[in-house]
Amino acid sequence: MSMLISSTINGDTVDFICEPDETLMDALRNRVGLKGVKEGCGTGDCGACSVHLDGKLVCSCLVLGAEAEGRTVETVEGMSDGAKLHPLQTKFIEHAALQCGICTPGFLMAAQTLLENNPDPTETEIRYALAGNLCRCTGYDKIVRAVQDAAAVMRKKSK
Amino acid sequence: MLYQSPHTAAEAVDLLKKSKGSVHVLAGGSDLLVRMKGGFIEPDLIVDIKRIPATQQIKASKSGFIIGAAVSCAELAQNKALVKAWPGVVEAANLIGSDQIQSRCTMAGNLCNASPAADSVPALIAANAEAVIQGPKGKRVIPVAKVVTGPGKTSLKKGEFIEALKLPSGSAKSGDAYLRFIPRTEMDIAVVSAAVNLSIDAKKVVTDARVALGAVAPTALLVPAGAKALIGSKLEEEALEKLGAACAKACNPIDDKRGTIDFRVKVAKVLATRAAKAAYARAGGK
Repeated sequence: MSMLISSTINGDTVDFICEPDETLMDALRNRVGLKGVKEGCGTGDCGACSVHLDGKLVCSCLVLGAEAEGRTVETVEGMSDGAKLHPLQTKFIEHAALQCGICTPGFLMAAQTLLENNPDPTETEIRYALAGNLCRCTGYDKIVRAVQDAAAVMRKKSK
Repeated sequence: MLYQSPHTAAEAVDLLKKSKGSVHVLAGGSDLLVRMKGGFIEPDLIVDIKRIPATQQIKASKSGFIIGAAVSCAELAQNKALVKAWPGVVEAANLIGSDQIQSRCTMAGNLCNASPAADSVPALIAANAEAVIQGPKGKRVIPVAKVVTGPGKTSLKKGEFIEALKLPSGSAKSGDAYLRFIPRTEMDIAVVSAAVNLSIDAKKVVTDARVALGAVAPTALLVPAGAKALIGSKLEEEALEKLGAACAKACNPIDDKRGTIDFRVKVAKVLATRAAKAAYARAGGK
């Protein structure tokens, strides 16, 4: 039996219909049209489907769409301020911290969570915070540098 | 399949009791959804317990802590009183998965998933934790050690679910620790694990102890002989050797690609010894 779910997604009230056993990842991609939510493994290992659920970083493949009733969801599509990219997005481009790009939205969501809690992380802290996201292209160094650079920009802005 | 998210324990029990076919309780979902995706289970009903207020709270009192079944492992680390009283339990829970998983996974779920290698379970058993179970006959409280009966199997009856876990209040003269062996640094399943919880007196002599092992038998094991080896000692070499021997004797592991029987038995000794030293230091022994 299909369910009608009402959530706040990237700041907008969104109603969507989903099946009771449908994951939030599938609902966001196929019902709401947010294709920035990527499917990698579908079992919570790769982090490509990472979103913020009530402000917490989660793998949307391990959440049922039905669980999002009344909750807030943030995806990579809500990260920029209109056409103005988030510093993390800008720095990922500048540092070429991606190749195929499948993992990038998940990395951005995880890095955003990290920098909200820790504006000046060490390299080790960055690597631990991003350990739930797998990238098969970059070897991670460029991603770590992009996050460090974005953190510096964000610290300057908040002063 | 049906999805229900009741707001009271009574409603949840009613749904679980009346259900036909395959029914599963959902807390964090980090095991349940993986099993669904893999086709290992095809639920007819999922009862999401997260909207029941008691499952979402950590209550601290003189008698200890009551941790709601839906409290995420990440939230445990943010509770300073809990970290101070039960650092071993919290570190065990925090070893599970990535930050994404930590936001969702729960100790009650870890327990009910009933994996022999569950990280939080040996620590909970060593801590003498109890499970608060809601069911058709009302509430009952049993030791965590009595919940898991075998791989993937629990002693919960139809209509029952775990609403919360209870931990005793820690004391300034007690400490606990949990250690596991994995072949990498992060995000893996324990090949062997050990938890020790002990108390000492003014002369730093161990007055009370509980030792538990994980991943070396069909369920996490309480090792009373290991505890006996520690009680009355100041963790001298002889006591630690007796602890190791008791742990080796208690092991009943499998041989698999992740570790041989011999390796698991050997590592169980080492980890129990190290966990005992860490717990002793936390109790103020060294």
